[in-house]
Amino acid sequence: MTSNPPNVYLPDMATIVEVVQETPAIKTFRVVLNSEERMQAFNFEPGQVGQLSVLGVGESTFVINSPPTRKDYLQFSVMKVGELTSRLHRLKAGDQIGVRAPLGNAFPYESMKGKNIVFIGGGIGMAPLRTLLLFMLDNRADYGDITLLYGARSPRDMAYGYEVEEWLQRKDMRTVLTVDNGTPEWKHKVGLIPNILREINPSPENTVAVTCGPPIMIKFTVQALQELGFDDEQVVTTLEKRMKCGVGICGRCNMGTSYVCKDGPVYTLAQLKQLPNEM
Amino acid sequence: MSTVRFLKARDIAPWLEELSRDFTVLAPAQHGSSIVFREFDPARGIELSQLSTTPAKRALLPPCETLFEYETTKTLEPPYKTSIELKPTLPEGKSVVFGARPCDARAMQIFDRVYNGDQVKDPYYTARRDNATIVTLACSEQEEACFCDRVGGSPVDATGSDILLTPLKAGYVAEALTPKGEKLLKSTSFMKAEGLRQEALNSRNRILEQVPERSSFLDMERNLLSLFGDLGFWDKTAEACLSCGACTYLCPTCYCFNITDETRGESGRRIRTWDNCMSSQFTLEGSGHNPRPSKAHRMRNRIGHKFSYYPQLHDKTLACVGCGRCVSNCPVSFDIRNAVACAIQQAGAIQEQAHD
Repeated sequence: MTSNPPNVYLPDMATIVEVVQETPAIKTFRVVLNSEERMQAFNFEPGQVGQLSVLGVGESTFVINSPPTRKDYLQFSVMKVGELTSRLHRLKAGDQIGVRAPLGNAFPYESMKGKNIVFIGGGIGMAPLRTLLLFMLDNRADYGDITLLYGARSPRDMAYGYEVEEWLQRKDMRTVLTVDNGTPEWKHKVGLIPNILREINPSPENTVAVTCGPPIMIKFTVQALQELGFDDEQVVTTLEKRMKCGVGICGRCNMGTSYVCKDGPVYTLAQLKQLPNEM
Repeated sequence: MSTVRFLKARDIAPWLEELSRDFTVLAPAQHGSSIVFREFDPARGIELSQLSTTPAKRALLPPCETLFEYETTKTLEPPYKTSIELKPTLPEGKSVVFGARPCDARAMQIFDRVYNGDQVKDPYYTARRDNATIVTLACSEQEEACFCDRVGGSPVDATGSDILLTPLKAGYVAEALTPKGEKLLKSTSFMKAEGLRQEALNSRNRILEQVPERSSFLDMERNLLSLFGDLGFWDKTAEACLSCGACTYLCPTCYCFNITDETRGESGRRIRTWDNCMSSQFTLEGSGHNPRPSKAHRMRNRIGHKFSYYPQLHDKTLACVGCGRCVSNCPVSFDIRNAVACAIQQAGAIQEQAHD
């Protein structure tokens, strides 16, 4: 007897086990699926996303930003920007939310093995990069030099502060922080990400650049990478889109023939150039 | 060989009444100045004289449907736990769509590739699809806005139909095309009519002969791509558009939807509703960023989807069946035929320049 295919629209109910206030606008939610069996069987790859439901308000897409190598909970970082994210921010440990995950593709972490990696994250765009970074740090021997350039508007807008300190201390990666607006206490760079990237001047040789942030930041970061000699195949990004179905039907997240919810959210610049520019 | 029967015009209503006992029967009926598909009611009758104003797509994708219901329970004692139960509401029961036109039936196959594809099965759609029988009425003529012939169809095309009705004097020749159709023809409302097979075929050929020779919109998916960077072209094309969405709601092949929640007290439901890709809200993100910020972007996506993206993903099949409802009902008389013809011409010019 064959079982029915799963209902692609039905979320798993999950319990929030911890909420971390990252910045005034960003909270991280650690959730565990209520079904122990489903939680045990849950498999995903770095870069994949999920739809979080606040029943009565709706669903929105967030990257699963805990790495698959750490499976006690699934982690989602949420920036408060609209109705759903505001309601999410009011939830506390013990509250129930719906999770439809994993959706979409993943970072090409297999083909990145043996290469140097430059992460360039802006604001909440650090969330998906963190997943891949932690995954690579957990499999450190598989990758070459790792550089992280992480920028935010101001020091208080930098998420994952508890980890950033650790990253700064690590000898097996280079971490550069920058803010648009510094404070007297700020000891790191001040300046826009693309300019700091030019300053760092990473070599494109045997290197992949992975970037995520606001669309305008991605646009100028890509320009800077091209100036530094990176080919389109060496630039990887992950996109945010308004998604509903998450399975390539409802039609709002497509760029030409490609549906960000199932063919993305991860694309190389070479792939994006084949599609109508609708970033 | 498939079964052929004859249905007298006066026997349609009794047959649909008979079917109504076991099926939800949707048929075109007059509603004010429009003809719409709705549940068959003998008192209301049916209207087959011209193409319905609305398509038959609601039989497979209702304008609004419940995906699941949810109920929240809170414990009254500390530590005050909340639990939420989800109850999916899969559609049940069988349906018959009577009086779909060849364009409507063909459009359902365009839905099938997306909702019932190799990768994704939409459980709500597939439940409806499996239980629906499509009875199609071949058109006697093409109306002014019709252009099914230019997009791979014809006024007598049987694609996607379980039964094809061909109008003859005093009634209809009914040919079963699938086992589902065969079952329906067992009704005593039908008369034996094997001898009418040829007459029906001749009639359909006469209708086909009246279809004018005109340029096809097939095989242009790559051509359109060359226009994607030319926002000026799409700006001009979309100039008059009001973004009202009449074209998408009346289109038999438009299948985009929205998902929203409705709550009343501790319980509620998650619903999906038809949506309109010409609206600026369609792609507006929570952050305020909109990847399709102008009408030009949205028009490019709408026409691109039907004539380029969908064919590239689905064996060159266009996601337009040429029913012309968007042309007849647009408040500013936007004509997708002109837009596509212009795109072909413009794309041709670009390619010629590239070769020079």
